Amino acid sequence: MLELTDYSVNFSAGAALRQANLTIKPGDRLGIVGESGSGKTMLALSLMGMAPDGATLSGALCVDGIDMTQRNEIEWQNIRARRVAMIFQEPMAALNPLRRVGDTVMEPMRVHEGLSHDQAQARALSLFEEVGIPDPAARLRQFPHELSGGQRQRVLIALALACNPALLIADEPTTALDANVAVLITDLLVRLSQERQMALVFITHDIAAVARATQDIVVMYGGDMVEYGPTAEVLKTPHHPYTKGLLDALPDPSRTTHDANGKRRRLPTIPGTVPQLQDLPQGCRFAGRCPVEVPQCAAQKPATQSFAVNRSSACHLNEGAKR
Amino acid sequence: MSVPLLTATGLTRHYALPRTSLLRPAPLLTAVDNTSFTINAGETLGVVGESGSGKSTLARMVMAFETPDAGEVLFQGQNIHALPAPELRKLRQQFQMVFQDPYGSLNPRRPVGWSIAEPLRAIGEDENTNRRVKEALEQVGLHADAADKYPHEFSGGQRQRIAIARAIVTRPALLVADEAVSALDVSVQAQILNLLMDLQDDLGLGILFISHDLAVVGAICDTLLVMQHGKPLEAGRTADILRNPAHAYTQSLLTAAGVHT
Amino acid sequence: MNRRLPTNLVIGAVLVALVVGVAALSLVWTPHDPTLMNIRGKFADPSEAHWLGTDQLGRDVVSQLMAAARNSMTVALVAVLLGGSIGVALGLFASAVGGWVEDGVMRLADLGFAFPALLFAIMLAAVFGPSLSNAVLAIAFINIPIFARVTRGSANQIWTLDYVSASRAAGMNKFVISRDHILPNIAAAIIVQATIEFAVAILAEAALSYLGLGAQPPASSWGRMLSEAQTLMYLAPQLAIYPGLCIITAVLGFGLLGDGLRDISDPRLSRQR
Ligand SMILES: Nc1ncnc2c1ncn2[C@@H]1O[C@H](COP(=O)(O)OP(=O)(O)O)[C@@H](O)[C@H]1O
Ligand SMILES: Nc1ncnc2c1ncn2[C@@H]1O[C@H](COP(=O)(O)OP(=O)(O)O)[C@@H](O)[C@H]1O
Ligand SMILES: [Mg+2]
Ligand SMILES: [Mg+2]
Repeated sequence: MLELTDYSVNFSAGAALRQANLTIKPGDRLGIVGESGSGKTMLALSLMGMAPDGATLSGALCVDGIDMTQRNEIEWQNIRARRVAMIFQEPMAALNPLRRVGDTVMEPMRVHEGLSHDQAQARALSLFEEVGIPDPAARLRQFPHELSGGQRQRVLIALALACNPALLIADEPTTALDANVAVLITDLLVRLSQERQMALVFITHDIAAVARATQDIVVMYGGDMVEYGPTAEVLKTPHHPYTKGLLDALPDPSRTTHDANGKRRRLPTIPGTVPQLQDLPQGCRFAGRCPVEVPQCAAQKPATQSFAVNRSSACHLNEGAKR
Repeated sequence: MSVPLLTATGLTRHYALPRTSLLRPAPLLTAVDNTSFTINAGETLGVVGESGSGKSTLARMVMAFETPDAGEVLFQGQNIHALPAPELRKLRQQFQMVFQDPYGSLNPRRPVGWSIAEPLRAIGEDENTNRRVKEALEQVGLHADAADKYPHEFSGGQRQRIAIARAIVTRPALLVADEAVSALDVSVQAQILNLLMDLQDDLGLGILFISHDLAVVGAICDTLLVMQHGKPLEAGRTADILRNPAHAYTQSLLTAAGVHT
Repeated sequence: MNRRLPTNLVIGAVLVALVVGVAALSLVWTPHDPTLMNIRGKFADPSEAHWLGTDQLGRDVVSQLMAAARNSMTVALVAVLLGGSIGVALGLFASAVGGWVEDGVMRLADLGFAFPALLFAIMLAAVFGPSLSNAVLAIAFINIPIFARVTRGSANQIWTLDYVSASRAAGMNKFVISRDHILPNIAAAIIVQATIEFAVAILAEAALSYLGLGAQPPASSWGRMLSEAQTLMYLAPQLAIYPGLCIITAVLGFGLLGDGLRDISDPRLSRQR
């Protein structure tokens, strides 16, 4: 239902998204992971036709088989909310503090679908129930500050679901939440996706959450999609050196913390820091930090290699290895 | 018998909630309730719990920013809340703090060297200031030239290193880290955790390490205190608690950290 | 991104530049001595010698307006600086110490708010006789609570920031922190307030002088020119119109400039209105 082909987002400083390829089918649950600045939000905004003003776009973006790259804002407005909806990281910032949350949720239904106030209210009520807000009738009349962070995020999910989208994009929906609340919200998103046959793009830097929630995963670094595959497989046997480094750096409570000499173990790290957009290497974005770098890495962008129908990675070392 | 570096006994702190009625007194919220712990030199105590469980309030009392309503904090055997102000100010170089937000913890209008030197100026140390600032920067893995730059010229991880440099410049005995790695990316977080462990080994620091992420705490802490709604829920050796959580709440934190026991 | 300066800022800056420029010019040059009387040439029409004519005593109107601009600026500047410094110091102090001291200082400030400035000026005049310096004191006095409040409000926000806590952890005392961290970070808010209060001070000076409680003859003042012209309203209405226009220009200029500065220093504040 949604397809990206060689899609790029360029700023004057450099490419925030470089030749992204992605296919999303109804009911898919896709995780996008990567550290800050890797282009996750840029990807999400692109899928909504909301790339920032300064950006030059290239490549193709098809929604329901229609190429949207040349379409104008009005045509995008018809698609947003009804075909593709999005929730954001900061549940407080995304809600108007001066409006009752019920009114906020009812607005798109009335605008997009011309529902009457009563119809919209009835649907808002059932949505609040669906996303697990206790005492939904009373909550409709409350203001954002009267709700907890988790409940605000549920309201935003209800808002995104208001017009029955076929694809829901969640950009770091749990980052601002407590760990155990985050688990509940993650599970809610999975349930909704299954019950409604709604595709879910789950963007996060929380590997534990993505392992819980998604079937497939895209790993991003510096605007490139460096690895793609079934979530469990990628996390177990990563092919790209960046994915390996990222997973190793994750503290693992089941690992012993002291080595044989009783000395505390250090965590494996990726040397250096993520460069700024304008300082990214032209070839492989990971060049300069990669432990297995070869000379061609810095100059030449590695092609994406497929290992199986559903598994690929972009690294020079994989070329020819497992074609 | 050696005195522990820090002993907190029965710490309790109330806050007044907004009044609901003009006639009734303001209701009280107990942010921290009867909490005790010890930290030995060279050891790390982890405090975990969801937000609002009172972790930061605990840190502020240990730092003597706030006075507990009950209980006491003994630092090297001295009750810090009973010390006269000038003596407390002198003792402060012995316990320092690192904050969560790498963007908010450095004054944006001052070069970072100025910020790092602040604890030295507070004790009237003048002659060696430059040398010690440079030393501290190198200890946290930055170049000594960084002293003349401004915070906006650094990434989040680098700023957190600078904040740590400021905290260790007086060679303290105790470091309080309140969610010090929570705002950082995974790979940067690992670097900072390693840095804390290195510094601890080199300087024999005691660390009070606050986090909501049990996985992170598991990687660095010797002992653990789990808090919920201001109350201590369980305490003990980290490995024991991770292997064998006594409470469903601790279990839920483990689940959130991606551990399935 | 929209980089255009707000309109109110531009207009305000132009008006302020005009008024301040004229005031500065009057230090070195006016067409005539503003106090020089010439009874035979009174109520003269505008001419090449007297661009806006002369008043009931034959003094050159342009020269008087220019000298009055200078006096007005001086009074406003001294009053705002004096009242502002005391207010800022009080606000910083209250915010740094906190607790009942803070409450006490702010209640006192509320009391100052409730006390009408004009009444205070009349009281000063009754005790010490009317004079320009008493007018300055009165205007400075009304500025104290205003600045104390703004300062304390902004300072309290800065006190919650981590780098201030870090400074406290370093063992710095609160007054050093106020100087090093708090003041530089609230300076913008204070400058904005000062600009707005400058406009208010100009108006207050005009009002006090109009009532005879401000500038004393022979010093020129827009307010006094206005009150003198009042009795001649039918004979020479232009004599009231000129100082009136000057007051409007100056007050509007500083007011708009202050609003504009606030808009660019904190876009949130302006959108809320
Ligand atoms: N409006 C913009 N103009 C220029 N560069 C931008 C803009 N927005 C984002 N970027 C850059 O694009 C890159 C990707 O950003 P983003 O998609 O927000 O990353 P993520 O969501 O993964 O943290 C970053 O390097 C960021 O600095
Ligand atoms: N200065 C304060 N005034 C009133 N309530 C406070 C204050 N500081 C913290 N609290 C309350 O105390 C409780 C504990 O807060 P805190 O120590 O910040 O928790 P944590 O750091 O674990 O998130 C919360 O309910 C919080 O709202
Ligand atoms: Mg993002
Ligand atoms: Mg906290």
